[in-house]
Amino acid sequence: MHTPKRTLGFWLLALFFAAYVLFLYGPMLMIVVLSFQGPEGGLTLPMRGLSLHWFQQLAQGLGVVDIGAALQRSLSLGLVVMVLTVLFSLLAGLAFRKKLRGGTVLFFVAVSSLIMPSIIISLGIGLEFRLLDNGVKAVLDTLGWQDTLDNYGTALGIFSSALGAHLSWTLPFGLLIMFAIFNRFNPAYEEAARDLGASPWQTLRHVVLPLIAPAVIGIGMFGFTLSWDEIARTSQAIGDVNTLPLELQGLTTTVTTPAIYALGTVTMVVSFVVMGLAVGLAALLAARRKAQPST
Amino acid sequence: MNTPTPRSSTSVPSASPGRGIAPWWQALPLATVFALFFLIPLGLVLMVSFWNYDQYQMIPDFSLQNYLAVFDGCFSGGDLCVTLKTYLSTLKFCFLVWLITLVVGFTVSYFLAFYVRSTGMQVVLFVLCTIPFWTSNVIRMIAWVPLLGRNGLVNDVLFKLGMVDQPIEWLLFSSFSVTLAFVHLFTTFMIVPIFNSMMRIDRRLLEAAADGGASAWQTLWNVIVPLCRTGIIIGSIFVITIVMGDFVTVGVMGGQQIASVGKIIQTQTSYLQFPLAAANAVILLAVVLMIIWGLTRMVDIRKEL
Repeated sequence: MHTPKRTLGFWLLALFFAAYVLFLYGPMLMIVVLSFQGPEGGLTLPMRGLSLHWFQQLAQGLGVVDIGAALQRSLSLGLVVMVLTVLFSLLAGLAFRKKLRGGTVLFFVAVSSLIMPSIIISLGIGLEFRLLDNGVKAVLDTLGWQDTLDNYGTALGIFSSALGAHLSWTLPFGLLIMFAIFNRFNPAYEEAARDLGASPWQTLRHVVLPLIAPAVIGIGMFGFTLSWDEIARTSQAIGDVNTLPLELQGLTTTVTTPAIYALGTVTMVVSFVVMGLAVGLAALLAARRKAQPST
Repeated sequence: MNTPTPRSSTSVPSASPGRGIAPWWQALPLATVFALFFLIPLGLVLMVSFWNYDQYQMIPDFSLQNYLAVFDGCFSGGDLCVTLKTYLSTLKFCFLVWLITLVVGFTVSYFLAFYVRSTGMQVVLFVLCTIPFWTSNVIRMIAWVPLLGRNGLVNDVLFKLGMVDQPIEWLLFSSFSVTLAFVHLFTTFMIVPIFNSMMRIDRRLLEAAADGGASAWQTLWNVIVPLCRTGIIIGSIFVITIVMGDFVTVGVMGGQQIASVGKIIQTQTSYLQFPLAAANAVILLAVVLMIIWGLTRMVDIRKEL
C-alpha cells in the first residue's frame, strides 16, 4: 500500500480540503440561519431575534406567487420524473447488456443530451410544442370545430414539455449509473439461476434486481432531486404555470426579505429528506440481504 | 469458486430465446424520450433558424437573414459587434472558471485519492463534496447575498478590521460574483471524474516512481496527471458546456446586468423572436461542439464507468 507519511504536504492539502468544504457549505448554512430572522431582521447579519415569521409569510404567499401550488406541482413532477427515470434507465440498462443494435448510437445520444447546453434543448422543446399548437389549431380550424379551437390553450405544460425536458436531463444520469453497475456485476449469479432453471423474468426479479437495488434507489434519488431543482431546461419549455425553482428564480429580483431564505430552506429540506430516504432505504436493503444471505 | 469470464454472458444474449424481452423493446422508452425531447427539438432549432418572423408568428421560409442579423456589423471594422463582444465575455468566464475548477477540483481529488488512508473516510469525504450537487443552484447562488452584499459579512469584517472605509461594491452582482458562483456550483463536475480516474491508478506505479527516486512533485506531474487525462477531459467538457450555455447564474449573480450567449437566446425567446433565438442557438452549438472536439478526439466514456 502507498501510504504517505503525514507530512507538511498532507496538512496543507487537508487545510485546502477543509477550506473547500467550508466554501461549499458555509453560504448554504448562512441562509438557513438567516431564514429564522426575527420580524425586524434583514437580508444580512446580525440576527434580530429568532422566529418563524418568514416561514409564515411564505405560507401566505409571496406577492402574486402561490408558493403552495408551485410546491405541489414541483413535487408531483419530481415524483413522475423519478419513477420514469428509474423504469426507463433500468430497462435500457438491461438492454445494453445484450446485443443491442444501435446501442452505441443511443449511448452517444444520451451523453450528448447530458452535455448539451440546456438553453438550446429548452428552446427546441419550446419550439416543438409551439409548432404542435399551430398544427392542432390549423387542424381544428379546417375541421370547423370552433368551440374546441376557442378553448384550446397550449400543449406546453408541466406533464408534457416540462416532463420531457426533465427526462432529457435525468435519463443520461440514470443510464450512466446503470452502466457503472453492470460493468461491475458478476454474471455468475445469473448463470447459476439459469442453470437451476429460472426463467429470464425470475432471474431478473429474484437475482438481478435485489443485487442492484441500492443503485436503482440511487437513480431514483437522482431523478427526483435533479427535477426538483431544474431551471435551465424547463425555462423555455413551460406553459402557463411555473415550477417552484422557476418561481424562486423570479423572486430573487423582487423579494428583498428573508422570506426568500425561508423558501430556500424549505426546498433544501425537501432535497435532504429525499437524499436521507434514499440512503436509509439502500442501507435497509443491504442489511436485509446480509441477514438472509440465501435468496 | 468457479467464476466464468464475462464474455460468456455478454456473447450469449439469452439462454431461452423468445422468452426474454427483446433488448430493442427494453431500450425503446429511453430512445423515444431522447428522440422526442432531444433529437427532434434540435432539428427544429436548426429548421426554425432559417425561418422568418413578425410580431405575431413564425413564418416558414428559407433565408439566412437571422444569421445575418446575429452578425450584423461584425465585419465592418471598428468596434466589436454585440455578438462577438458577448462571445468574448462568455469565453472569458469559461476559461477562468475552467482553470479555477480544474485546479481546485484536482487538488481536492488528489487529497481524497492519495492522502486519505481509510476507504470509509474516503467515501464520506467524497459524498460530502457531492451532496450540494443535489440541492438547488439558485439557492446556492442567493446564499452568497448575505456574505457579499453591501452590508454583508465580508464588507462588515473588512470594515471592522479597518481595511476599507466604505463597503466594496464589486463583491456582488459583478463578474467576480458570477465567477465565484460558477466555481461554487460546478467544481463538483471536475471532482467526480478526476477522483474516479485517480482511484483507477495502480498504486504500484506510485511506489515504482518513489523507488526510482522521483519526488512527490515529479510523481504528481509525470505519473498522476497523465493518468488522470480522461477524468480531466470529462470534467472540462462538463464545466465548459455548462458555462457556455448558462443564463441563470449570469442572470442572478450578475444582477441581470452582464451579457451572456445564453441570456441573449433567453431574451429573444421572451420577445417571441424564435427564429432569431434559434439562429443564436445553432451558432452556440457549433462553438460548443468545436470546443469539445478540440478537447477530445474520442475518449471512451464507457470504459470509464
